[in-house]
Order: sequence, then C-alpha cells, then structure tokens
Amino acid sequence: MLRRLHKEQPESFEFTPANLEWAQKQIAKYPEGRQASAIIPLLWRAQEQEGWLSRLAIEYVCDMLDMAHIRGIEVATFYFMFQLHPVGSVAHVQVCGTTSCMICGAEDLIAVCKDKINAKPFATSEDGKLSWEEVECLGACSNAPMAQIGKDYYEDLTEESFGKILDDLAAGKVPQPGSQTGRFASEPLSGLTSLTAHNGTAHETNASVTLATEKGDTVARITDG
Amino acid sequence: MSDLRKMIIDGAEIEVDPALTILQACEQAGVEVPRFCYHERLSIAGNCRMCLVEVVGGPPKPAASCAMQVRDLRGGPNGEPPEVKTKSPMVKKAREGVMEFLLINHPLDCPICDQGGECDLQDQAMAYGVDFSRFREEKRAAVDPDLGPLVGTKMTRCISCTRCVRFTTEVAGVSEMGQTGRGEDSEITSYLGQMLTSELQGNVIDLCPVGALTSKPYAFTARPWELKKTESIDVMDALGSNIRIDTRGREVMRVMPRNHDGVNEEWLADKSRFMWDGLRRQRLDRPYVRVDGKLKPASWNEAFAAIKAAAEGKKIAGIAGDLAPVEAMFALKQLVEGLGGAVECRTDGAMLPAGNRSAYAGTASIEDLDTAEMILIVGSNPRAEAPVLNARIRKAWLRGAEVAVIGENADLTYDYYHAGTGPAALTAMADKGVSDETREKPTVVVLGTGALMREDGPAVLAEAMRMCEVSGSKLLVLHNAASRVGAMDIDFTNPNGLGALNEADVIWNLGADEVDVEAGPFVIYQGSHGDRGAHRADVILPAAAWTEENGIFVNTEGRPQLAMRAGFAPGEAKDNWAIIRAASAHLGQTLGYDDLGGLRSALFEAVPHLATIDMVPENDWKAEPAGSMGDADFTSSVSDHYRTNPILRASEVMADLTKLAQDRELPVAAE
Repeated sequence: MLRRLHKEQPESFEFTPANLEWAQKQIAKYPEGRQASAIIPLLWRAQEQEGWLSRLAIEYVCDMLDMAHIRGIEVATFYFMFQLHPVGSVAHVQVCGTTSCMICGAEDLIAVCKDKINAKPFATSEDGKLSWEEVECLGACSNAPMAQIGKDYYEDLTEESFGKILDDLAAGKVPQPGSQTGRFASEPLSGLTSLTAHNGTAHETNASVTLATEKGDTVARITDG
Repeated sequence: MSDLRKMIIDGAEIEVDPALTILQACEQAGVEVPRFCYHERLSIAGNCRMCLVEVVGGPPKPAASCAMQVRDLRGGPNGEPPEVKTKSPMVKKAREGVMEFLLINHPLDCPICDQGGECDLQDQAMAYGVDFSRFREEKRAAVDPDLGPLVGTKMTRCISCTRCVRFTTEVAGVSEMGQTGRGEDSEITSYLGQMLTSELQGNVIDLCPVGALTSKPYAFTARPWELKKTESIDVMDALGSNIRIDTRGREVMRVMPRNHDGVNEEWLADKSRFMWDGLRRQRLDRPYVRVDGKLKPASWNEAFAAIKAAAEGKKIAGIAGDLAPVEAMFALKQLVEGLGGAVECRTDGAMLPAGNRSAYAGTASIEDLDTAEMILIVGSNPRAEAPVLNARIRKAWLRGAEVAVIGENADLTYDYYHAGTGPAALTAMADKGVSDETREKPTVVVLGTGALMREDGPAVLAEAMRMCEVSGSKLLVLHNAASRVGAMDIDFTNPNGLGALNEADVIWNLGADEVDVEAGPFVIYQGSHGDRGAHRADVILPAAAWTEENGIFVNTEGRPQLAMRAGFAPGEAKDNWAIIRAASAHLGQTLGYDDLGGLRSALFEAVPHLATIDMVPENDWKAEPAGSMGDADFTSSVSDHYRTNPILRASEVMADLTKLAQDRELPVAAE
C-alpha cells in the first residue's frame, strides 16, 4: 500500500502538557545520544492525541528527538499502525481480514463497514465520526471474525452485532468489548473440556473486558496518565 | 598478529582479522563475492542479499557475508577452522534466486539507460543470474523525485540498496534522502520532494549500482565504451582530487573520481564533477590584440609583435592565476625575472611567507585528519573551500574527534565548538595552552587562507603557528587555489606582493581572473576563458585549459601530482608553457628548453621535491615572527562556492547550482 502524507495538513501540532510530560518520560528511558529510540512511542502518542499523524506532528516528534525529518517519515510510512490520513473522530474500526476471520465472515463485516461508514477504507463517514480499514491478523483467530476498535477487541461478531456496535458508537454510546456471543475468552464454542474447576465461577468477564468496562470510555484513545 | 583467526574459504586456508566480515575476508583471499548494497566506505545495510555464502556447520541457509563477522563463525567439532563456501551449489542457487528477485521489478530498458555498459546489475546478472524469469505480473511503477540539476532519477530501476541514503547521511552529512514505505511500495526519496543541498551529491551517481540515479548533465550523451579515459587531477579546489576525465574526440564528456586514500578517498565535489560544460563555453581560441580600444583577432605572430612593441625595455611584472600549472609558472618566472621584472602568485592577497614551506603548505597531510583527535579550524569554511576535505573532517568527527572553529559559525555538517570569530579567540586559545595529556594526542590545525587575506595576515599566521607549537599540532594550510602551493614552491613571488603591479608598465597575466588590474599598464592575458582577465587585456594569448595539457599541480598539503592531457585545446590555443617559451624568443630572452621534458628537468633541478610525484614532503618547522593582529572577524576565502574560477563561471550547471544555493539562503516567505 503506497502511503503518503495527507493532502490537507493542519496548521500546527503540539503535545498537550500531559502528553509532553509523558513523552519526556519515554525519552528519559534511553541513554544520552540514543533518544531516537523513542520515536515509535512518541509518534504513537501523537497519533493517539490527534487520531492521525500530520506532517507537523512527525516533524515535531523528530525535533524533540533531534532526528532528521526524513527519518520520521521513514518510520511513519513503514508501520501501517500509523494513520497518515484523518480518521473518524469517535473511532477507527480495524476489521481483521486474514484467513480465520475471512472464513468466518470477515467479508460480511467489511460489507457492513462499507454500508454504514464509507464505501472506501480510510475515509470517514458522513458525520465524520467513524472510519474503517481491513487489517492483517490480530491474533484472535479462535474468536473470528473480529474487529479492533480503539484499544479493544470485539469478537465473535455477526453482521447484526457488528452493525449495532457501529450504530452505538455513532450515537455516542459505549459498547462492551470482548466476545459478542457471551464467550468468556477463547475457550471452545461447546464449552471447556479440561481445566473445568473454575468454569464460570470466578469472573463475569475476562480481565481485558473488565478493565475496559471499568474505564468506562472504551473508545478513548489515551487511557493512561 | 596473534589474534588472527584461521578460516577456510573455498577450500583454501587463510588467516584473517576476526573483526572483518566474511565478505572482507573473501576479498583478502582473492575470492569475488558479488554485492550491491555493501560499500567499504559506508555502513553495512545487508539488504540486497547478493553476497550470500554458505557457512559450513552454520544454519542450513545461506548467510549474508557482508553482515557477518569472522569471529562469529563456529569451527568444526574437532577444532577445525570455520569454513565458508562461495562456489557451492547452494550459493549458486541462492544468487540466482536473489538475482531473479532483484530483476522482478527492474525494467528491461538497458538500451536507453545511461548506466548501460557500466552497470553492476547488468554485469552481475550476466555472471550470476539466470536467463529466465518466472514473474508474469505487472512490474512496479514509481514516482521519480526531482533531486535537483545534477542527479537524474528513474526509480523503477532502483533495487533499494540504500547506498545513496547512507552516503548522504553519513558522508555528506545531510539527512535529506530516505527510504519511505515498505515492501513493494518502498521508495527512495528526498524529504517531501526537496532537492538535495549537498556539495557532494554527485557521488550518489557513482554509488548507485544501477541506473536509478544518473548524471543529469551527462544524460544520453555518450556510452562508456566510446569514451577515452584519462587519469588526471582536479583543480577546481586546492585539494587536488584524483579524477578520470572521459573524453570523446576533444570534448570532455564527464569527470569521475579516482580512488586515492591520501587525498579524496573516492569522493568528488560537485563543482569538480560537473564543471565540464564550462570547458566548452567562453573559450579563447585565437589570439587578440587591442587596436584603437577594441580587441581584434590576430595571428600568433601579430600578437607576439604587439607584445614585443609594448614590452621592450619596459618594466614587466607577471602574475599567475588559480589554475596555472607549475611548469607554465616556472617558465613565466624565468622569462619575467630574466627581463628584470617581478612575479607574484598571491593574487588573493593571502600573506603567505615565501620560502617557508612549513607555513604556506603546512606540516600535516590530509591523511593526518584520519587519526587526529582534535581539529582546530581557523578562518575557514572547509565545506565551501574543499567539500571533500570537509567530509574527511566529518569522518574524523564521527570517529570521535573534537572539532573547534575560530571564524564563521557556518553549518559544516558536524557539531563543533565555536571558540570565537576573530584573532582574539586564537590568542586566548594559544595563551591558555593545553594539558600535557592533550599535547600527546595527534591534533591538526586547519588554517584557511581567508584568515591570511588581510593586513595582519602574517601576524595571524604566526599566531596560528604558535598555537601549533603550544598544542603540539600539525598545521594544514587550506588553500583555495589549485596552483598556489606549486607557485609558492617555485617562489613565484616578490617582496612587494601585488604592489609590484603598480610599478610595472607591462603585466603578463597567466590566467589570473580574480584580480583587478588598474588602468594604465599594458596587459597580456594568457588563459583559456574569456573571463574577467581577458576583458582588461591588451593582448590575449589563447591557452589550453588544464584538461588539455600535461602539468604538475601541488595540492594544499604539498603533494605534487600530475594532470594529464585528456583532449586538445580548441582553435589556435596552445599549451601554456609553449606560449611563454615562444614569446621568450620574441622578447630576446629565449628560455633554455624546447619541450616539456626539458622544462621539467630545469624545474626539478631548481625545486627537487616537485619530482617526487604523489609524495608529501616533510617540511621543517620554521616559526614566523609574531606581529600585532587586528580585531576583524575571520571570513572564509570562498564566498561563491560554485563560481570560483573562469571554468566554473562559464558553466551553466554551476549557474543553476549558484541560483539554487542563493534561493535557499533567502528568507522563506511565511507559509
């Protein structure tokens, strides 16, 4: 995929004071003269702040790390995690399209995205709230098909449940991540066959879902300090 | 030598330094390993995979020999030395596979590619590739970035070796190129399509193993096999870079660097590489004589007659320009001094002391920069005065040497301690002295002639030499003219300096275009280009440019080198020394030689060290007497990097580069 900077660039970029403090802590992890090592965390935080990476954001991060701007462009264009185009203001939906998910219906999910968000990936919906893309395997194959929205996985999706999640997001609601068919984690569909001692007794939901629910805002881009 | 390691390469045992890579060990063993991305003067990338070899006992896959050190090889179970095979079936198959991959996206446009005939990919595809391709899909398309007026791009041919990226970042010191994207969509590009700003960018053309980066000025003009190659010396700056001049007929088609570890390694500055269109324009191809205030074409005999009429019995002075070979200056000195006149080569006003070689050429060689732990640059901007030397200082800095500058606070592509701008800082540094520990270290003081081109030049020179004594440093005087050290060697000077011009009735100007001769004296201009000097002339004698005659040039460190004739001068222009020899007969002061060999014998008798071609003579240290220095800031001797001599000023490419450089310096309008 040919990746270029977006045509329309913002006027300025600056870390918020909280993010700046966080960034300086990241830089301090590396020895003097090796600050460039912090480029991926800093670019990532810049993306979390704005939703995507603008030219000025990349240059800002490079200047912080005393790197040539071209080095920042190299990193930002190499990793597909970095969005070089504006994404939905609420969420960017990443639908897994690799083998397991594809067999289990990822193509249907993508059809839902095309219908509800935009016919093209990386383009925002009409209200600007959502955008989508197809990504490579996210490693949740036993819960296929799945999608990542924000930092959370939404698993065992169907056209209906996925459509509802998108509708909820657009309406400002906070959907619950994890399996949408009530599975605890990635145990067999027919229930546990071994290690059954604590089956269904310990927790309502798995740790990842519990954490997301406790935080409340499951689509917030920045969830730590 | 006890830490050498034994290893077996293709069945032959060899002992090598364990720090070497397998590829370097193979080179020592005389085994050829094909490569694209590996370059001995750049960092190791290991991304072309062409250098795959089989490591016996290692993982059951070929290893990239450029990125694996000998010390990481494992010997056999019974203490046998590690073994590497470069001709095994596995290696042959690996090379064929790599070559097939490299050619997948490579267009079949060799017939219209400038690299054709000298292309690494072409050669290695013939030697190690296969004669088929299984690729039936569409080839990749690519966007060609505009890198400026020198480097042409055709990125479909790129094999992503990243040599250009590594060169611009590491050697040239400008991080302007990079590889963006990934996989099939990765592209070599400059930052957001900007043009390159380096004075060394032409070297990426040589480094590019394919035809992705080619020379724009040379584009589609010649094929390598139809060019005559002459090994010569560059005179665009005082470094004396070793070059190869490629000619077709009498036209210079291009200039390429030659490897010389002591001078230019294998790099060449852009102004030396792309000046050749200046050799075709503004040329003087016949003598002219000023009649009634206008220059009229004349024959050689008419020109000599005019000189005889004007010069006989008059006071004569000779000046020599920046591009004059030693032989011509020697002949002119003998002619003018024989007629009772004075000669002068320090046309830029640099206060170089005649006779003291340790002060005008210095005691350091360029190679001393490689081992120096501290380098002090005084009154010089080496990036403008000798870009290749600047890259060498940068190399020392990358190795860990400390650099300090007294003078302009310019961007030299490396960090330095800016100790001050004028003589006061130099005095303070010399007064402060250095610790005994520092005194023991190898250090070099680079003294630019910009610091000497002023009233208090002798005092500045003396102070710089005191600094050398205090710190135990060697001195490297960085000249800006290729002819200067040679001229000083034959003592082409007089005690009055340029003042001699004011007393003379007749001035013989041997290609000095950087000096203004005031109205009054009769001026004989001998040179190759119709530049500033020719406009002021009363008689013009057309001479060969330096590519068109044999000559000796002494570079800034004092190394005499031979420049060879690559083509013939246009029209009636003659060799410089021959013109002077012919004129000497008309002036009744016939010089005692009829050919260049005779002239050189006389020259070597007078100045023996000039005969030791390509050797840097050791100069005995002779301190200059101290004087009082002013407080004006030091400036560089070069303000217009791309237009320092008549050849460069006649070049359109240099005009483009000058314009771009000026545009860059202008304040950018608010975005």
